[in-house]
Amino acid sequence: MTFLEITKYIESKFPEMISIPEGKEVIQVAPENWLELASLLKDDDSLHFDYLMCISAYDKGDNKTYGAAYNFYSVKLNHYIEVRVEAEDGTPIPSVAGLWRAADWHEREAYDMMGLQFENHPDFKRILLSEDWDGYPLRKNYTEPDYYHGMPVPKDKSYWE
Amino acid sequence: MDDQLLDKSVIETGEMVLNMGPQHPSTHGVLRLKIHTDGEIVSKIEPIIGYLHRCFEKHCEKLSYEQIVPFTDRCDYLASMHMDHAYSLSVEKLLDIELPERVEYIRVIISELQRIASHLVAVGTFGLDVGAITPFTWTIRDRERVLDLFEALCGARLLYNYIWPGGVSHDLPPKFLERTLEFLDYFDPQIDELNNLLTTNKIFIERTADVGVLPPEVGINYGVTGPSLRGSGVNFDLRKNEPYSIYSKFDFEVPLGEGLMGTLGDTWDRYYVRVLEMRESAKIIRQAIKQLPAGDVHAALPKKVRPNAGEVYGRYESARGDVGFYIISNGKNIPLRVKMRSPAFCNLSVLSEISEGWMISDVIAILGSLDIVLGEIDR
Repeated sequence: MTFLEITKYIESKFPEMISIPEGKEVIQVAPENWLELASLLKDDDSLHFDYLMCISAYDKGDNKTYGAAYNFYSVKLNHYIEVRVEAEDGTPIPSVAGLWRAADWHEREAYDMMGLQFENHPDFKRILLSEDWDGYPLRKNYTEPDYYHGMPVPKDKSYWE
Repeated sequence: MDDQLLDKSVIETGEMVLNMGPQHPSTHGVLRLKIHTDGEIVSKIEPIIGYLHRCFEKHCEKLSYEQIVPFTDRCDYLASMHMDHAYSLSVEKLLDIELPERVEYIRVIISELQRIASHLVAVGTFGLDVGAITPFTWTIRDRERVLDLFEALCGARLLYNYIWPGGVSHDLPPKFLERTLEFLDYFDPQIDELNNLLTTNKIFIERTADVGVLPPEVGINYGVTGPSLRGSGVNFDLRKNEPYSIYSKFDFEVPLGEGLMGTLGDTWDRYYVRVLEMRESAKIIRQAIKQLPAGDVHAALPKKVRPNAGEVYGRYESARGDVGFYIISNGKNIPLRVKMRSPAFCNLSVLSEISEGWMISDVIAILGSLDIVLGEIDR
């Protein structure tokens, strides 16, 4: 199905749940509706998005809104969709790790790097950084720490800047 | 004394946690596996990653689009050309530019050579993991010939910075095509040798067949891609499903696992798919060399890479699977956000699921068959 057909189909099932940002081939959904839409995407026979490719966390740049872009693909039906869920800092997004196991590590990475909170995740902790790391490095307002466990962080950039 | 030995209450029968890595030759890099075992039977594995985290995505916030290419090189250091190609394709999608035909053909030739080199390492080290040492020395010897070709091409043997957004850095050097054909003529019989030595070796089959079976639906659910998924018989290859570059012009097959030696989707199947893929890559290179057109490889190189605001998700079939680059642009020469979807990251996440109930020695075979590269997992 093309993007238009997919959005029409979803709107016929759940009217007024999704919105489409202008000029983009993207579906946006509020965090409270996300789980309902996710089950439709996965289990409906004519959508059948069985493969969650990627979850990319991004910063809106206003110091409070952070988003996650989910890229789905259907191996069986060969179609593609991108869904975005945006939430204010601290508002949890429901985890879809129960539907797609691939979401497990990707959600942990989104939390680790961008500080997105996921609800009902089976094993919610940092994945790439150590457990005691402060802050979320990919946020635009992140500042490098001066000390880590009392050790000074070298900031000599003369080699490359 | 005898009574005490038989007394169950004295014998410890609880679960044991065993740490494998981060410094362990069979984990293919700095990976730690926290293995929960009952005796020698594995009940759960927690892979602990991040030892090689180099903040690739954070670096991208300060680098212009062209400057990111050397960094993508260092993500998957066994298939650097694939990472550059994947990244360049995504940026070109964002820029919306047409490439000269010659560039596309050169890129296909180089990428398929890189696939052969990467699979040779995967196949060799997989043999090494299960105790076959000689095949490793043979595959590394053959890979060296590919690296020699790359050295003639761009001066580097591992980290190339060759494929750029909008083209490639140099045209092919003199005699490159002849040398490539020479290599292919040499290489085809080598695969038969490898099959004789390793693929159909009784001990090797005993060690790998029926072990670590990955059912197709579990693989898709975990986001496993590339040869690891095709070993389970799923016909999913982006070169065929969503042909990028000029792959639709070539005639090649997508090898799938068939369960020849045991169950469909076992470690042997995943291994054998890689062996067969090398033959298909050689086939593609021969066709591409035959059709290679003339032209200027720098014709489409943009003076300044400055895409319009927007975002793109570009996909690419690398040696390990489906690489994705999610790039958000705000109209400047520096991207707002670059997220890399690493195939080995998803492939590794399935390890716990398929290792359950196997022995620790089998975990090493299963991990080897997934062909992970830690540089790409940790980024």
